[in-house]
Amino acid sequence: MVPGLWFLRSSIGKKALMAASGLVLVGFVMAHLAGNLLIYGGPSALNAYAEKLRHVPALLWGARLFLLAAVAVHIATSVQLAIENRRARPQRYRLQRSAETTLAARTMLLSGFLVLAYLVYHLLHFTFRTAHPEFSRATDALGRHDVYAMVVLSFQQPPIAFAYVLGMAAVCFHLNHGIGSAAQTLGLTHERTIRLWALAGRLLSFALFIGYVSIPLAILLGLVG
Amino acid sequence: MTLDPKIPPGPLPQQWDARRKALRTLDPSAAQGYRVIIVGTGLAGASAAATLAERGFQVEAFCFQDSARRAHSIAAQGGINAAKNYPKDDDSIERLFHDTIKGGDFRSREANVYRLAQISNAIIDQCVAQGVPFAREYDGYLANRSFGGVKVRRTFYARGQTGQQLLLGAYQAMMRQVQAGRVRVHPRTEMLDLVVADGEARGIVVRDLVSGEVQACAGDAVVLATGGYSTVYFLSTNAKGCNVTATYRAHRRGAWFANPCFTQIHPTCIPMAGHYQSKLTLMSESLRNDGRIWVPNRQGDTRPPAEIPEAERDYYLERRYPSYGNLAPRDIASRAAKAVCDEGRGIGPGGQGVYLDFADAIRKLSRKTIEERYGNLFDMYQEITDEDAYAAPMRISPAPHYAMGGLWVDYHLMSTIPGLFVIGEANFSDHGANRLGASALMQGLADGYFIVPLTVADHLAGRPAGRRGSAAHPAFAAARREVEERTQRLLGVRGTRTVDAFHRQLGKLMWDECGMSRSAQGLTRALAEIPRIREAFWKDVAVLGGGEELNQALEKAGRVADFLEFAELMCRDALHREESCGGHFRVEHQSSDGEAKRDDARFCYVAAWQFADDGQPPVLHREPLTFEAVPLSERSYR
Amino acid sequence: MNFTLRVWRQKNAADAGRFEMYEAKDVSPDLSALEMLDLVNDELQRRGVDPIAFDHDCREGICGSCAMMINGFAHGPQPAVAACQLYMRHFKDGETITIEPWRARAFPVIKDLVVDRSAFDRIIEAGGYISVDTGGAPEANSIPVPKRDAEEAMDAAACIGCGACVAACPNASAMLFVAAKISHLAKLPQGQAERARRVLDMVERMDQEGFGHCTNHYECMAACPKSIHVQFIAQLNRDYLRAARTRRPSGCKSD
Repeated sequence: MVPGLWFLRSSIGKKALMAASGLVLVGFVMAHLAGNLLIYGGPSALNAYAEKLRHVPALLWGARLFLLAAVAVHIATSVQLAIENRRARPQRYRLQRSAETTLAARTMLLSGFLVLAYLVYHLLHFTFRTAHPEFSRATDALGRHDVYAMVVLSFQQPPIAFAYVLGMAAVCFHLNHGIGSAAQTLGLTHERTIRLWALAGRLLSFALFIGYVSIPLAILLGLVG
Repeated sequence: MTLDPKIPPGPLPQQWDARRKALRTLDPSAAQGYRVIIVGTGLAGASAAATLAERGFQVEAFCFQDSARRAHSIAAQGGINAAKNYPKDDDSIERLFHDTIKGGDFRSREANVYRLAQISNAIIDQCVAQGVPFAREYDGYLANRSFGGVKVRRTFYARGQTGQQLLLGAYQAMMRQVQAGRVRVHPRTEMLDLVVADGEARGIVVRDLVSGEVQACAGDAVVLATGGYSTVYFLSTNAKGCNVTATYRAHRRGAWFANPCFTQIHPTCIPMAGHYQSKLTLMSESLRNDGRIWVPNRQGDTRPPAEIPEAERDYYLERRYPSYGNLAPRDIASRAAKAVCDEGRGIGPGGQGVYLDFADAIRKLSRKTIEERYGNLFDMYQEITDEDAYAAPMRISPAPHYAMGGLWVDYHLMSTIPGLFVIGEANFSDHGANRLGASALMQGLADGYFIVPLTVADHLAGRPAGRRGSAAHPAFAAARREVEERTQRLLGVRGTRTVDAFHRQLGKLMWDECGMSRSAQGLTRALAEIPRIREAFWKDVAVLGGGEELNQALEKAGRVADFLEFAELMCRDALHREESCGGHFRVEHQSSDGEAKRDDARFCYVAAWQFADDGQPPVLHREPLTFEAVPLSERSYR
Repeated sequence: MNFTLRVWRQKNAADAGRFEMYEAKDVSPDLSALEMLDLVNDELQRRGVDPIAFDHDCREGICGSCAMMINGFAHGPQPAVAACQLYMRHFKDGETITIEPWRARAFPVIKDLVVDRSAFDRIIEAGGYISVDTGGAPEANSIPVPKRDAEEAMDAAACIGCGACVAACPNASAMLFVAAKISHLAKLPQGQAERARRVLDMVERMDQEGFGHCTNHYECMAACPKSIHVQFIAQLNRDYLRAARTRRPSGCKSD
């Protein structure tokens, strides 16, 4: 049985939705990286992969709508929780110190907002190709959209590469707390695994960061392209 | 008026069953018509509130704390006794009864104590069903340990927090009835007087501690579960808020006070450290199961304990009481500690402490075992004293802990005022002159869960329903006015000394003259001194602020004012009881080797004091005690 | 030792409140933080100043009455103790110590450092118990409980209800308190019959009381005088999500 609307109003219900939608997006970030890493296989590998995705529009749009929904749920719940959390302490402390929390945990709203801003730019850049059209319109020898060239040409511009690294830093910083936190919220953790989940989340977010930023770095250093 | 304890006829084992059958009952729909006021929400009060509500009564529960869950029962560490005989130590109801009578030095009522032992098993069943997480063995069954003054393992425990867990069980049962609409809890509300109308307890006057409003609350019966009065000594193991006001005010309204001089000094507390210390912290008596108590042989031996060789140590409890050793009952252990300290062999700052040494236990059982058994207590000790008890022996010293005395009640736990019931530590009934370890929780819950709900029902069954809520009787307005006037008087003094200063002064006097050992001379001096302190109090106490607000100094002032009257009653009782028994040790009455000398020919009775009037001496009434099942004998733990 | 205290003074719920500075002189390092306040209060009263109101009772860390932020930490900077067991030897001589009440919408200030924590009682009232009438209990040893379960239940049951978890939480969430109660009863066989109803109803009441939401900072665990572990919050989440699949809170008649 699926719980009713009351569940959405409850504290744990909202957080479970936020956590579940977050984990969907983590899955996407991982899959996306796997695709991106094809760049190390050369233009044919990446372009063929991109072409294949476009060949099944139903799947592509299904995935896009699903992800869009996850983003919408994640943002809606987090904003609501953030507002309610502020209301829960109308008068702040003169002095409050922390003993356990992390910078990443305390800045989830800020890092989330940065991720959102970056996401908009990123979609304009690579998906809608309106941000930097001069690098995005080429086709390769087989007449496919030349994703490889788009990426390489873009990241040869240091400001674009820098923005990308910053954006990925925000994403991974967000996940640094987000993954372990989602596991706790969904009740997946136990006494012995609680720290493991947090550690796994940190390691995974770091690995994702390395994977993602390796591409612009490789391009800037001339290792790819 | 004569004292009728209403003990059922017949042999002890059948008395309670027979009486239970004879008690009148009210079915839940009829019970709805009655309102029961319960003051205090510790083990006794909360369990009574829950059970009375389950049976249909409308219950109004009052406590001065901000939540009912905080009553001082919560601080009981060691455990709760029951005659379950799970460890197959040949324990039985008879044996628990026997131990309690003997432990109380033959100054308790056989019928009550027998009933307590009988009920003990049902308490454990009830608490387990409520989800009290008692310690268990690896097979999943309940664990037991032995406890001060007893050789069998009959104590159930939840780490060092048994009182907390039992109280949470009772509190939760009560909160369930709050949800059901049958209990209303009034936190931060203090009872300041009892209303007696037409010879019956009909209500109380309370002060809302937040708004300061003084109100009368009417009911069909009043149950006092307000705990003991050890804070008369200022420094004690009790909570800061513990006080005698409810019972003393009831005393002034006609409830007789029984054996007020029977107070218990607990042997294993952390010694006092300095002037501004506000309380003494108890280290659970269970520590005596594995720790050995000693002092140096030589007076004024200031060497660190590790440097004192075995031959120069006096394990005085093991020496004097070879049979019970370190497990000797509290009164005996405390007095023995005082004796060695008086000889100048006490240790630590002020020389008022003795060592409780775990070195042997750690050698024998491993440090890990000791950590498992007492880890939290060792941590607590470290926190307070900044000393590591794994490395060096603990320093302990005796401290006021429990009041065996309390309002006189009959077998139904009803006081000399009809309709006023008194349960838990607030009454005098079951512990005689000394309480055994892990018996207080047992008594509080026996009274609250299993006795008073039946006897209150019996009392009300004979009375018309529908009087509840009616505070129309002029006695209500009069009592309220008196409370308001008293409050105004306290606020009006505007003197120069704080309430605590007077409380400390009284406490020191009581500790010196009416504490662990008492003499006619000292008590006479105290009886002369107390009125002087009281007079000074009413002339010079500083209570700032007003009555219509949260005013903690005012709360304390009211309590200390009552202590200043009650202390006199304690000393008077101690002076009249010319014998030594249990916690009451009169220096004039001791054997050549310093043991207490009871005088059964003259003092085998309960002393119940009737309030006369201000300035008049109270009137003594005697309830003779007879011992049939456990013949009177010298209480020996040698 | 000598200290300068910066203490929150607020006459009543309606008063805006402000900080006042006081001197605490000749404080023995063996005094607890509350005994130091006693000392300051003695001095204030001698000067005719209304003493600082603060909740306290047992002064041995078990009743859960005392409640104050000391230098930015609930119950002060020492781990695993309540303010009554916080000894002044842990502070630096001459230090300025800031003392504030718990701050949360669900814990309104009554006076100075005294706050109203009755929201906790109402959460328990909503279902924090096992329904068994007095006298209706089976023989205690009829249901064995694995030692490990009993120990875990006790780990959770150690909660003293002081509210430090709420006070320390950046979101003023009461999740650790609720989790402790839920887990205590969920670990025991006696608690199973009402397990689903209990968790839904207690969380619903928690939400109604205006506490914030847990965002897994775990400040509560660090502040808790009994070191209640946040694994119990995972237990609470798990129980809640499981229960929500089959039933709804009692107070929620329809969707």
